Amino acid sequence: MSLIKAENLSVGYDGMAVGENINFSVNAGDYLCIVGENGSGKSTLMKTLLGLQKPISGCIVIGEGLKQTDIGYLPQQTVVQKDFPASVYEIVMSGCQSRTGLRPFYNKEERALAIENMERMGITELKDRCYRELSGGQQQRVLLARALCATKRILLLDEPVSGLDPKVTAEMYDLIKTLNDEGITIIMISHDIAAAMKYASHILHIGDYYFYGTIGDYMSSKAGRFFSVKNKGEFK
Amino acid sequence: MIETLQMYFEYPFVRYAMIVGVLIALCSSMLGVTLVLKRLSFIGDGLSHVAFGAISIATVLNLTDNMFLVLPVTVISAILLLKPGKNAKIKGDAAIAMLSVGALAFGYLIMNIFSTSSNLTGDVCTTLFGSTAILTLSIREVWLCIILSVITIGLFIFFYNKIFAVTFDENYASATGTNANGYNLLIAVMIAVIIVLAMNLVGSLLISALVIFPALSAMRLFKSFRSVTIFSAFFSVICASLGLIISILAGTPVGSTIVAVDIAGFAICCLVGKIAH
Ligand SMILES: Nc1ncnc2c1ncn2[C@@H]1O[C@H](COP(=O)(O)OP(=O)(O)OP(=O)(O)O)[C@@H](O)[C@H]1O
Ligand SMILES: [Mg+2]
Repeated sequence: MSLIKAENLSVGYDGMAVGENINFSVNAGDYLCIVGENGSGKSTLMKTLLGLQKPISGCIVIGEGLKQTDIGYLPQQTVVQKDFPASVYEIVMSGCQSRTGLRPFYNKEERALAIENMERMGITELKDRCYRELSGGQQQRVLLARALCATKRILLLDEPVSGLDPKVTAEMYDLIKTLNDEGITIIMISHDIAAAMKYASHILHIGDYYFYGTIGDYMSSKAGRFFSVKNKGEFK
Repeated sequence: MIETLQMYFEYPFVRYAMIVGVLIALCSSMLGVTLVLKRLSFIGDGLSHVAFGAISIATVLNLTDNMFLVLPVTVISAILLLKPGKNAKIKGDAAIAMLSVGALAFGYLIMNIFSTSSNLTGDVCTTLFGSTAILTLSIREVWLCIILSVITIGLFIFFYNKIFAVTFDENYASATGTNANGYNLLIAVMIAVIIVLAMNLVGSLLISALVIFPALSAMRLFKSFRSVTIFSAFFSVICASLGLIISILAGTPVGSTIVAVDIAGFAICCLVGKIAH
C-alpha cells in the first residue's frame, strides 16, 4: 500500500478545476518532483494533499497510518503581517508544534532539534533576529528549518530553493537527498528540471502536458527530452 | 496623598475594584497581542456592542441576572466573527463593523421603545462609557471575575505555543496537524468572556483600548512574540492600576482615565522606540 495515492484527482478553487485527472502514488522513501508551468496548479495540488483545500473530484488515499503530524511543509508563500513580532528561534521552534500533542511546552530534545536545524540552514547567528527584518533568502531558510523540525516521515516542499543563492541551493538539494536516503519521503515542487532529473525518483508533470512515472521513463518521454535538451548547456 | 490612598484602600469596594481592574487588564492585554496581529483590533468594539444589545434586551425582559443572556450571546457572536473566513461573503473588519453598529443601534432602539426607566440617557451612557459600576461590585461579582480570569490566564499559558503557531501561520499549523480551527474557537470564547467582564470596568466603547494599546506599545519596543506578550501584560496592569488610583483620587470617570493613561504609556513607548533605533 502506498503512502499517498491520488485517484482521478481534480483540484481547484470554488468548483473551478485548475488541474484535472491527476493520478499518482507515492511510496515510502520515494522522491517525487512535481513540475509544470506557472499556474498549472502545482501549489494547489500540494495544498489539497495537505488537506488545506477540498478536492473538486476524485480522491486522495492516505495509507500506512500516515498522520498529519508526521508532515513537514514548506509553503510557496507565507503571508506574514508586516509588523509581526516573531524571532527566528520562535518560528523554527514552532515547527516542533506537531510533536508536542497536548503537552504545553517544548522539551529538551525538541529544543535541540530546533538548534540543529538552524545550524543546518546556517541561520544560527540570526536566532534572536526579528523574522520580518530578514532578507527573502534568509526568511526562506527559516521556514525550511521549521519544516525540517516538523518532518517525521514526509516532507512537502513548494519551490524550496526559490530565493536561495547558488551555494545554499546546492546544499539544500544535498540535504534533501540526505533526508531522502535516511528514509524520509519527499514531494517537491520545482522549476529546476535539471535538479529534478538528478535527484528525484519520480516525476509528476502537470499542465499542458501530463506525465507521471519514474525518472527513466520521463527522460525518454516527449516532455522530458524537450526539457533535457533545453537544459543541456547549463547543467552538469 | 499616600494617606488619602491608604484611607481609600480601607474600603473593600476600592480593593475589589483594584483586583478586578488588574485581572481584566491582564487578560485583555494577553489576548490583545493575538487579536492585533490577526487584524482583529476592533473585535473588542464589535463584541462589546453586541453585549450592549444583549444587556438592553435583558433590561427590557427584566432579567435579574443579565449575565445568563449576555455571556452566551457574546460568545456566539465571537465564534461567528472569528470563524475562518473561507466561506464568509463578508470578511473580517467589515463583518465586525456591521455587527458593531447594528447591535448598538438595535440595543438603543429597544431600550428607547420598551424601557420604563426615567433616566434612559444615563443608563445608556453608563453601559457605553463604563460607570462607577466597578466601585459597586459585590463580592460575588469579584469572585466570578477572579475565577474566569484565572481560567483564561491558565488556558492562555497552557496553549501559548499553539496560539503562537496559529497566529503566525494558520495554514502551516493546520497542514501539520495543529487544530487551528479549535484554537481559533478557544481564542474567540476567551475574548468574549473578557469583554463581558471588561464592560464593568471601562464600558463597551472603551474596551478596544484595553485590547489594543498594550499590544501596540509592546510592539514598538520588542521584536519577539514572547517579549511582546509579557511586556504588554505588564504595561496593561500598570496602566490600569495607575488609572484606577488617579480616578479615585481625582474623581474622574474610571474608564476614560484608564484609557488616558494607556495612551500616555503608548506615547512613551513610541518615544523610547524611536530613540532606541
Ligand atoms: N486563492 C485562489 N483562488 C482562486 N484561484 C486561485 C487561487 N490561487 C491560485 N489560483 C489559480 O489557480 C491556478 C493554479 O495556481 P497554483 O498556485 O496552483 O499554480 P502553480 O502551478 O503553483 O504556479 P507557480 O509555478 O507560479 O507557483 C492559477 O491559475 C491561479 O490563478
Ligand atoms: Mg506554486
